Amino acid sequence: MNKDQLITKLRTIIEPYVEDKSLLDDVNGETDLLNDLKINSAHLIDIILDVEEEFDIEINDEEADQMITVEAVLEIISGKMKA
Amino acid sequence: MQENRVVVTGLGVIAPNGLGVNAFTQSLQKGQSGIRFIEELAEKKFACQIGGIPPLDETYQDLYLTTFQKNLLVSSSVLYGVLASMEAWKDAGLEVIEKENTDPDWETGCIFGTGLVDGEIIKRTMTMVDNLQVRRLGSTSVTQGMTSAVSAFLGGILGLGNQVTTNASACSTGNEAIMMAYYHIKNGLASRMIAGSSESPGPYIWGGFDSMRLLNRSSNDQPETGSAPMSAHAKGFVPGSGAGALVLESLESAQARGAKIYTEILGGFINSGGQRGGGSMTAPNLEGIRRCIQSAIKISNISPGDIDLINGHLTSTMADPFEIKSWSEALGRKNDNFPYIQATKSLIGHCLSAAGSIESVATVLQLHHGFIHPSLNLDEIHPEILSIVSPERIPQQKIDPASISIAAKSSFGFGDVNCCTIFRRWEP
Repeated sequence: MNKDQLITKLRTIIEPYVEDKSLLDDVNGETDLLNDLKINSAHLIDIILDVEEEFDIEINDEEADQMITVEAVLEIISGKMKA
Repeated sequence: MQENRVVVTGLGVIAPNGLGVNAFTQSLQKGQSGIRFIEELAEKKFACQIGGIPPLDETYQDLYLTTFQKNLLVSSSVLYGVLASMEAWKDAGLEVIEKENTDPDWETGCIFGTGLVDGEIIKRTMTMVDNLQVRRLGSTSVTQGMTSAVSAFLGGILGLGNQVTTNASACSTGNEAIMMAYYHIKNGLASRMIAGSSESPGPYIWGGFDSMRLLNRSSNDQPETGSAPMSAHAKGFVPGSGAGALVLESLESAQARGAKIYTEILGGFINSGGQRGGGSMTAPNLEGIRRCIQSAIKISNISPGDIDLINGHLTSTMADPFEIKSWSEALGRKNDNFPYIQATKSLIGHCLSAAGSIESVATVLQLHHGFIHPSLNLDEIHPEILSIVSPERIPQQKIDPASISIAAKSSFGFGDVNCCTIFRRWEP
């Protein structure tokens, strides 16, 4: 899976938790989930759980804390998938 | 501090016989029952296999909720409550203001009650925890499982900055929410309050009542005849579900913005019979009921003779004659002189904690439009009731009396708790 495909998949996972859908128009690596996409922090855990399920991986607390930007999430996912 | 007069400026409802105020009004006028056979209750070996479930579909939800909001509302009672409240808000002519760069609405709050949390939410939580999957629970079990879920959700959508809370007093909950919101505004603590209550349907909510033999077990083949308050053949209540919501507002605030006014709330009272004098966890102390009614009348500055219509608690159980007797004693009125009395539960069943708010919406609508909806399934009125009230005071067809001005709405709940609210038709 290349990076574009990963971003597309991640966007689909994140989409239900973003109230203002227009914010999803220009998602890139730098996009901050809480600040840019206005995702409620309570839903970060829901996103992590959905990511775990979609990619069949497990994300520990330390990694979860690092999932601030799209790039960071992608790195964690790719690292796990290679492993 | 000057006390505010309090008026009702918005209504919303999710009922077994109608989604939204328009459909509900039509069902009230036609005497349309919302009670159906429920397959799931039969499968789960319930003695009572009938009930009232709002026929909610996606199209209706889309009137009031975005896809984002719908995805978050997985509890049926929370969904019902939010839908009814959003309808009431818009019905009151109020806007939903964008979140960004706006201040909270410090003058508006919400008291939205519930009884039991949606069993499906608790079941999911318990199953996952017991299967050692606690880390996969996510946010839903809290945001949809907390009893204050409706008011919390509304607070976010509407930016409510006054008191945002929930209340619980079993089957008196909805009426109590209205009374609490009324006093909050009357005492000058807020200009506007959303008040209401909701209850989920289904086997997990209704099972305990089935086991207690409080539900009707003999109408499974004729669901619409099952809820028969005041009947000689009342055989237990039929469980219902749904939500009712009212926007209460100070008269000053309503007039300042030129709002439509349905009714004024003249006053009301909340008390308990103390589970003494015949009262218990499940039965009312009749002295408590009489005091509740009399205090509501006194506080409202009216006399017992002023009440034109009683929307009773009247559940279709053996307790109905006792309620009528209490009303008669509290008002000092009998036979032809008894007010009109009706049971909305004959149409929708007993919606438990949602009953008080849905039936209050029905009461306000009837005062506003000037009709009295029929009470169903009264082929034979209970003889003890007939010895107190003339049959023509219990309309079985819709009537449009020349003048109904003042209505009393009573609700009673487990724990021997009582609530009575007095509404007056708005005459500008």
